[in-house]
Amino acid sequence: MAPRSYNKKQKRAMMQNSSKEEPVVSHPPMPWFGMDIGGTLCKLVYFEPKDVTPDEALEEKETLKNIRKYLTKNSAYGKTGHRDTHLQMDDVYIRGRRGTLHFIRFPTSEMDNFLTLARNKGMATLVSTVCATGGGAYKFEQNFKKEVNMRLHKYDELDSLVKGILYVEMNNPHECYYWANLSDDKLCEKREFDFKDPYPFLLVNIGSGVSVLAVYGPNNYKRVSGTRLLYMDSSLGGGTFLGLCSLLTGCNSFDEAIELATIGDNTRVDKLVKDIYGGDYERFYLPGDLVASSFGQMITRERCMRARREDLARATLVTITNNIGSIARMCAQNEKINNLVFVGNFLRVNPIAMKLLARAMDYWSHGTIQPVFLEHEGYFGAVGCLLEIDDS
Amino acid sequence: MNEKSHPKSIKLPNTIEVFGNLKNAKRFAIDIGGSLTKIAYYSTVPYRRALYDVDKEYGPSQSEDSHQHYEVSQGARLHFIKFETKYIENCLDFVHANLMNTHENMTGKVIKATGGGAYKYTELLNEKLGLSVDKEDEISCLIKGCNFLLKNIPDEAFEYHRHGNPEYKFQNADPNIFPYLLVNIGSGVSIMKVMSDDCYERIGGTATGGGTFWGLGTLLTKAKGFDELLELAEKGDHRNVDMLVKDIYGGDYKSMGLPGDLIASSFGKAMHSHKDRNFNAATQFSEADVARSLLFTISNDVGQIACLYAMMHKLNTVYFGGYFLRNHPLSMHTVSFSINYWSRGQVKALFLRHEGYLGAIGAFLKGAEECDADKYSWLENYAGSSGLRSPVPSQVLSPQGVPVDQLEIDRWESALTYCPLLHEPASYIPDTVDLTQDAEAREYWLQCFEESVDKFVARAIQSQPDSPSAKERAHKFREKYVSRLHYLKHQPFAYGNLTVRCLLDTIQHYMKEFDFPDPYMQQKQVENERALSLLEKRLQQLDAMEWIPRQEALVTSVLAGNMFDWGAREVADLMESSDFGFQEAQAKIQSRPWLIDCLDEWIDRLKGPPHRCAAIFVDNSGVDIILGVLPFARDLLQRGTQVILCANSAPALNDVTYSELQVLLKQVAGICGVFHSALAEGRLVAMESAQASPCLDLSRLNQCLADTMSQRKVDLLVIEGMGRALHTNLEAKFTCECLKLAVIKNRWLAARLGGDMYSVMCSYKRPHTKNIDSSVSR
Repeated sequence: MAPRSYNKKQKRAMMQNSSKEEPVVSHPPMPWFGMDIGGTLCKLVYFEPKDVTPDEALEEKETLKNIRKYLTKNSAYGKTGHRDTHLQMDDVYIRGRRGTLHFIRFPTSEMDNFLTLARNKGMATLVSTVCATGGGAYKFEQNFKKEVNMRLHKYDELDSLVKGILYVEMNNPHECYYWANLSDDKLCEKREFDFKDPYPFLLVNIGSGVSVLAVYGPNNYKRVSGTRLLYMDSSLGGGTFLGLCSLLTGCNSFDEAIELATIGDNTRVDKLVKDIYGGDYERFYLPGDLVASSFGQMITRERCMRARREDLARATLVTITNNIGSIARMCAQNEKINNLVFVGNFLRVNPIAMKLLARAMDYWSHGTIQPVFLEHEGYFGAVGCLLEIDDS
Repeated sequence: MNEKSHPKSIKLPNTIEVFGNLKNAKRFAIDIGGSLTKIAYYSTVPYRRALYDVDKEYGPSQSEDSHQHYEVSQGARLHFIKFETKYIENCLDFVHANLMNTHENMTGKVIKATGGGAYKYTELLNEKLGLSVDKEDEISCLIKGCNFLLKNIPDEAFEYHRHGNPEYKFQNADPNIFPYLLVNIGSGVSIMKVMSDDCYERIGGTATGGGTFWGLGTLLTKAKGFDELLELAEKGDHRNVDMLVKDIYGGDYKSMGLPGDLIASSFGKAMHSHKDRNFNAATQFSEADVARSLLFTISNDVGQIACLYAMMHKLNTVYFGGYFLRNHPLSMHTVSFSINYWSRGQVKALFLRHEGYLGAIGAFLKGAEECDADKYSWLENYAGSSGLRSPVPSQVLSPQGVPVDQLEIDRWESALTYCPLLHEPASYIPDTVDLTQDAEAREYWLQCFEESVDKFVARAIQSQPDSPSAKERAHKFREKYVSRLHYLKHQPFAYGNLTVRCLLDTIQHYMKEFDFPDPYMQQKQVENERALSLLEKRLQQLDAMEWIPRQEALVTSVLAGNMFDWGAREVADLMESSDFGFQEAQAKIQSRPWLIDCLDEWIDRLKGPPHRCAAIFVDNSGVDIILGVLPFARDLLQRGTQVILCANSAPALNDVTYSELQVLLKQVAGICGVFHSALAEGRLVAMESAQASPCLDLSRLNQCLADTMSQRKVDLLVIEGMGRALHTNLEAKFTCECLKLAVIKNRWLAARLGGDMYSVMCSYKRPHTKNIDSSVSR
């Protein structure tokens, strides 16, 4: 592991200093939020100021205090909202203010409940504009207006994503990691990765679907398929995994699906090269234990009856992950980029997928590609969006 | 054995059957897949061939005994039969039972086997057929099969446009098929880059393939088997299961380059209803919707991955094969959509009419010397092959009741190549009208051929007066041909582009199959004899003329001669009902100016230096060849031009065949010294064109003829007759001068071309050079 570069610390310090010294012209009113409303999950990032002066505190409205208390004292909101406390970032600066970033997620399908809650907490009396990105920023625009009289300030999805990644990476020394000792499951572990010289890198965002971006510099990137939206460079993503898993196993959540997959065995479901050729397919250098056909054993009723839920969950996970791996690898090859960064909520609590991706990249690139993962998986769009407050 | 003297010793085929000619099967190959098995074998097909003896005097004495006109020859044929793997035992039993006399010869021999099941069924093959199994690598078989089909079968590859006209866009045969990408979607997906016959590699693949569709489909629906899954998918609506762009954005995002109906997350909705306590994922979604979503998931994914590989290797031609597609419209549509979307139209998704047979063909070709590509060419037998999207089951193997699909390919005894005079071989399309696109023309011609069929039947019966089975066979011919016409009415693209040429060829294939090798033989002979008797006098008449009137008369004679066409219904009526002769014909045709009239330009040209060598593609027997073409050729010879007379290799209607022509030339050599010396000195030669059709496909010309054309530096091409100059080659461009002569003997076609019945086409064109072409196109 390379030591983290001095340059970066310096840069971070400089950024904080310069922010402090800059005369603050105007602050948007608190509270500061960034929202990324995806197809499956809504990601909410809340900035809690920690540098509130006594004067300010006195002036602070009761409603704002309540909101802050509600958001920062709980880690669960209703039945479906969660605050990822382990991701919380303290002592960060946004627009000259020091504070803490809180990371909250809830299913996009719960948007109505969220809006009701926001209304009950008196949110509408404090802010008139919320920074949002993701498809839901369009889809729920009217709902925000009607329910809480808030205007959604829509930001470009790709800008937000890249901006968020660069900011979080800059402020969290332990953000980036890779998987070491891939060949040995017992020794395989996360290790910090130094992101000091990342460009160009291929950014693979695995949400409901998959998007692939080629990033050449902080403000220089393009989406591989050409549009400005995050959907879709492959429609086989996290949504496909959870959807198929629900249908196949009756599981009710992503976490449950991952738990099942963790104890399952896909080789009881998939057809491997050796199932077809009796061993390796030597002529074309395909190892015998490579999956030749995902779910290929399930073509008879009898085999289906014998398949266990956990095996099916594992096979689904392996299918989706391998597919993403192939597409990412080919995009990288087509773009002639060797650095790969995987983000998105599909990777949450999902070391199986990460290791599979890492192994696949390692295998197909003959060890030249070592993919990087980020701790804040699916929150970068929301962070980037929150940062846009600076420029609004 | 002297087959000539015992023609009846051959058992004549009286029906087109499944596993045809099994008793003559020489060698087997098998491709056993998870769902479908394909058996390939090579057999010899005994068929009678009308006989013309060059050395004997051609006289009425021989026509007394009609048997003398035939010899039995052995044609070679490749048979491919496709059926569901679950019937493999039944089919092997059937093969075993029908091998008959060759069974003994089979013992101890080898069967080439490929496909996943080659390992599983080794024992069974050995036990049922007594053959030892020689396994061949699947991928190399696929590629070998693919190359074979692309090189030999016209209209093999097509683009699919679900809502387009045409729905099936067949690819022009290109002399250069490499390089290409072959994507085989079997249980998994293999992607191969093919640079040449021997140079290819597997560049990648994915495990998300047909097995994934089938496996997940079995888990998620009650469908029994692959086909039921496809049927379900056809009925479903994936939008209930998939998360679309509009589900996320709330509307259509065309302005941002994404249509709202685009799938953002396959199965993305299947997790959504959890808040409902009674949610049961398994019953929430209809099986049809799930099946359709599954089909889209897999086809989209394969399309995308194939496209990425194509771009990575800078290839823009991608052929798809493997059991997943099975020419299923919805799957082809999704794969095409996906390729087009991801490559932004740069990469073309192509499908193959016989994709299911790639492996079997390849396995068979491994080491099959009788398939030497340099020595032979191959031709799809329309009579014995099932069409694309043929109703399932297309044919049934009785008594087992196994539905099968089959492909038969006939060996052509010589190598074929492109006519060296074609301006741009790669863009040459023989046919003038594509009946798959032109519905009005399709309607007319299918009707026209159906109405003409009785004449063919009558002629066929008449041609074999001594055969007790002739009537029965002729009626079977009628039944099969008419049912084929009806089938084509609904599935015009079943055998590639539907054209007048292939409708005519289909008649020939069925006629041959029902053992009517040359129904017009007697008719041709009578007409030849009659015309020969008039030749000497006609030549004297012509010789007495002034130069310009003579040139006019020579061309007009070819046209008048071209009236004698038994393939044209209205002329046939005329010839049957009256004593229709050369004079009558001359009177019937349009008077000048003709519909297309380049006679003056042609005569002007003749005032210049003589041509080096002329190649004349001749049409009918009798008056046409003898009083029309031969005097015309004689004049060219007298000018110092060499002449190659190009005739059909096998009979088609009353067209003169190569063997007949040889006899005729001997006879005319006795009548006129010009022919005699030209023949003796090799300045006049007859050659076979490798055609067996009233039409002319210049992309499949006899290699020998093509070579001779090049060696003798042909600078004048003469194409005669409706079939060769109108139905085909009307728009063909050549690098030499070209004269096309035809009388339009079809009222509908004449009207379409803006003329009347018996309108004349006399087209003369200067060589087409690259410069002229570019100036025209810009």
